[in-house]
Amino acid sequence: MQFMLRFSTQGKLRLQKCHVPLSDKEKKKITRELVQMVLARKPKMRSFLEWRDLKIVYKIIHASVYFCCAIEDQDNELITLEIIHRYVELLDKYFVSVCELNIIFNFEKAYFILDEFLLGGEVQETSKKNVLKAIEQADLLQEPRHEYFNVPV
Amino acid sequence: MPAVSKGDGMRGLAVFISDIRNCKSKEAEIKRINKELANIRSKFKGDKALDGYSKKKYVCKLLFIFLLGHDIDFGHMEAVNLLSSNRYTEKQIGYLFISVLVNSNSELIRLINNAIKNDLASRNPTFMGLALHCIANVGSREMAEAFAGEIPKILVAGDTMDSVKQSAALCLLRLYRASPDLVPMGDWTSRVVHLLNDQHLGVVTAATSLITTLAQKNPEEFKTSVSLAVSRLSRIVTSASTDLQDYTYYFVPAPWLSVKLLRLLQCYPPPDPAVRGRLTECLETILNKAQEPPKSKKVQHSNAKNAVLFEAISLIIHHDSEPNLLVRACNQLGQFLQHRETNLRYLALESMCTLASSEFSHEAVKTHIDTVINALKTERDVSVRQRAVDLLYAMCDRSNAQQIVAEMLSYLETADYSIREEIVLKVAILAEKYAVDYTWYVDTILNLIRIAGDYVSEEVWYRVIQIVINRDDVQGYAAKTVFEALQAPACHENLVKVGGYILGEFGNLIAGDPRSSPLIQFDLLHSKFHLCSVPTRALLLSTYIKFVNLFPEVKTTIQDVLRSDSQLKNADVELQQRAVEYLRLSSVASTDILATVLEEMPPFPERESSILAKLKKKKGPSTVTDLEEAKRERSVDVNGAPEPAPASASAASTPSPSADLLGLGAAPPAPTGPPPSAGGLLVDVFSDSASAVAPLAPGSEDNFARFVCKNNGVLFENQLLQIGLKSEFRQNLGRMFIFYGNKTSTQFLNFTPTLICADDLQANLNLQTKPVDPTVDGGAQVQQVVNIECVSDFTEAPVLNIQFRYGGTFQNVSVKLPITLNKFFQPTEMASQDFFQRWKQLSNPQQEVQSIFKAKHPMDTEITKAKLLLGRSSDLGQHSLKKLILTLQTLWALASSTPKPPRLDACCVWSRICKLRCTGSRCAQARTLFPRGYVTYCRSSFNPMQAVGLCVLFPCVSATLGDHTAHSTMEHLSTCTSSLGPGRGWDTKGLLTGTTAGLPVQGGPGSMKSRQPVVQSTN
Repeated sequence: MQFMLRFSTQGKLRLQKCHVPLSDKEKKKITRELVQMVLARKPKMRSFLEWRDLKIVYKIIHASVYFCCAIEDQDNELITLEIIHRYVELLDKYFVSVCELNIIFNFEKAYFILDEFLLGGEVQETSKKNVLKAIEQADLLQEPRHEYFNVPV
Repeated sequence: MPAVSKGDGMRGLAVFISDIRNCKSKEAEIKRINKELANIRSKFKGDKALDGYSKKKYVCKLLFIFLLGHDIDFGHMEAVNLLSSNRYTEKQIGYLFISVLVNSNSELIRLINNAIKNDLASRNPTFMGLALHCIANVGSREMAEAFAGEIPKILVAGDTMDSVKQSAALCLLRLYRASPDLVPMGDWTSRVVHLLNDQHLGVVTAATSLITTLAQKNPEEFKTSVSLAVSRLSRIVTSASTDLQDYTYYFVPAPWLSVKLLRLLQCYPPPDPAVRGRLTECLETILNKAQEPPKSKKVQHSNAKNAVLFEAISLIIHHDSEPNLLVRACNQLGQFLQHRETNLRYLALESMCTLASSEFSHEAVKTHIDTVINALKTERDVSVRQRAVDLLYAMCDRSNAQQIVAEMLSYLETADYSIREEIVLKVAILAEKYAVDYTWYVDTILNLIRIAGDYVSEEVWYRVIQIVINRDDVQGYAAKTVFEALQAPACHENLVKVGGYILGEFGNLIAGDPRSSPLIQFDLLHSKFHLCSVPTRALLLSTYIKFVNLFPEVKTTIQDVLRSDSQLKNADVELQQRAVEYLRLSSVASTDILATVLEEMPPFPERESSILAKLKKKKGPSTVTDLEEAKRERSVDVNGAPEPAPASASAASTPSPSADLLGLGAAPPAPTGPPPSAGGLLVDVFSDSASAVAPLAPGSEDNFARFVCKNNGVLFENQLLQIGLKSEFRQNLGRMFIFYGNKTSTQFLNFTPTLICADDLQANLNLQTKPVDPTVDGGAQVQQVVNIECVSDFTEAPVLNIQFRYGGTFQNVSVKLPITLNKFFQPTEMASQDFFQRWKQLSNPQQEVQSIFKAKHPMDTEITKAKLLLGRSSDLGQHSLKKLILTLQTLWALASSTPKPPRLDACCVWSRICKLRCTGSRCAQARTLFPRGYVTYCRSSFNPMQAVGLCVLFPCVSATLGDHTAHSTMEHLSTCTSSLGPGRGWDTKGLLTGTTAGLPVQGGPGSMKSRQPVVQSTN
């Protein structure tokens, strides 16, 4: 996988993870292009797109957030859809019930969880338990977990 | 809401994020951010040392601001400081900031690498994990340099924790992708392979990704992974859904790992029999499971299951060796074609395209033709429809071509604009490829133009013309059909082009029918004329002149049209010129000449269809070629060999009666015009004539070439010195002013320009000059006059050597002085008959010259064209017989690789070259006449791939012009010839001497030509 984006239906970027070397300028350009492209899709269309020489796999979660992954030509689209789903499950589980605000206020957590699950663009650990165990252990290392959440004010 | 009751992680951050969210406008947000940035900046700069928590908080804020899309230009140092914190969350935020914000060329990279090194050595798995994540996220070359040696050790060490192993494997993968040269293969590779046996499925998953990538580049090293992967896969697919516990995903056992293992196996050919049996079992199990009722209604279950299935099918296709599996795969995909999930229908169409190219499953794929055609009509997503078109294209063969082409044509009427052009190309290719009856082909292409004329690219209509010209049996039908199609009140311009061209060539075949008499044909075409664009009108004008040749009875009508103001005074230069020239041609040329010049176009050499090439360009080669490769027996079609084969190869497989235009196989047939005299005076035209003079300044050769056709300009320039030239020549004398400009502000001392003539040049060329002042002030210019007398013909050019001191250093520059034989040429008048007569006398075998050589460069039409246009003058350098030949060669390549209208272009390029060399009022005429004559002669005797009887070109010029153009062309050639120097094999007593020496020569008593023959025998 080359990169992953998570953005709201308003096109606000919530997460961006890039597994190939790109300059900030390129990243911005790509993000803008993909967000527009994916937001323009209608329901019932397939969840894959060709874009440059990559395949774009996207999925809408909870009717409000889009995930969009760019994978290479020989990569498997369906399993990429499930990568997205598994990541959403991980966030759900970690934040007890995922709510967009939680992720906004704890954006760094979303990155940490992603790093445990996906690394260098490849799935590192598919077991939900193992991923969450790793994150929770880390949380426990320094502070009790409840102190570590950022709360909306 | 998270389970939070009290306390706050980073309260300040939360406040800030809330503030940003409450901002009503973009401006307010920017204002708030700037305020925050100022605050953070002052904190970081402040005297008070910040504690770890504050640093973490501010760095986190910066990160947030960055992720909002704003630029961050500070805080990196603070983030790096966090890396060495002992508090996990501080370290974590530090690493996150680095991963997101630090680019590889940062000067901080050394500090970062140090921190990473410490964490890797800490033996604390969480710290190691963070460090490895950071490397994997940044993946820069510097990091690869620092850690590529270290990470494999961590990966295979016995005491490494599983989670660290996983990170290490993927970290190494990322480094390998970024800088493969820095990741050394070694002992660790075999141990990595054995990770496929690891108990921890997470480790296996990560290791499989790494091995797959490494195996693609180093298949030998990782060969043993095949059997391990198969047994691992086998254990997974046969496991009960509970066996794998948390690695089972919606009742599918370890889908990610399965997909990866199947992917890994695609790096290798089918394994040896023992392993193969087991693998086949796995694949069968996967196919079987697809038939079982789903264990869950959730889409996750179906996706995961089908992800594995599609990957298995990819592997089956990759192996392409088990007919049974291939057919089963095809049937499975056939079911998906009607699935309610768009994703599945799409993927099934895509996979089937590849299955269609396998000989085992091609037939099975064909059974789904109706479903696919239905998809074409009913799919809502355009990209799915496009896949359906692809699949139809892939499954097409002789048995279903008519049906598929018809379906595609009818789809074309409503197809999305974005894919029309591609469909047009596909239809054109299929129609050509599977045409049994070429009338069907012609009908199909005309239909294409009717339905989607705007999307019919040049390649398509060029191609139909090529085919019609190459196939006698369809020419009459084509003429009749285009004639009928043109009757439509509104027809597409592309049809006018095709019609114009075909009637121009073959209108005579239907002229017997009073309904399509010459005059009616002409009137029909001309009724479209005024609605067409300039290029089409230009084409029609050429058709008209062809009509003059074909149908003498309409000559006056056509002449009237050409003579009308709207043609002769057309604002467009091209049209005007064609009108003028064609009119003139039609009135001065005899019927014989007209018939020769306007003879029917020669057949085109068989080669890869230009349409196919275009489709490949559009789609990437993989999607188009498989079919061709898989079914070679079809390559006897006009569509020819799958790859752009050398002409000889494709000519062999050609059923068409076309003579091999490039004449690779046979000796060139005798020309229809005056025979180029035969002879064995082979020339080694590509050997360099050695110029043993002082080393020349780089680039001076180019400049030199430029001066062959001009007399003034800058000959040489570097940072210090500029040399400009002004020269004039009259008869055998010339004068050259050389200007030396000092570009610096410092004096040149001991400035000595010297003219050096090689030994044999001295006898032929007299140069006289006076020494110049040895000091040249900064910014000053010095002039030197050279008087030149040409005593006899010469080949080498004199060398100008300049030596001087500049700021204590000695400078030495040599450049060739552009004094070339052509400067002393004089035009000469000669009637065409005279020339012809002389030409015909050259029947002695000794008087023909031919040389065969291989093209040094690939002949890419576009590049060649560009080169010719840009560099045409430099193509005429004095050493340029080579170049001249190369030019002719490339022109020929141009002429024969592109269909006719570009052929004319090519000739125009050629005539432009002529024009450069012969500035006379009649060049305009040469321009029109040359193309046709050129092509005519080329066809019969000019063999550029092998090379050239150059001289055959000239009679045709002289025959139609009879003026000095021919003469000076000839002289130029002789110059070039003699420039090859002795022993090169051009017996200059031969053809050239014979011709030129016999020509009437004008010039005063002092003219060199009256003193000596132009070219002497060099042997």
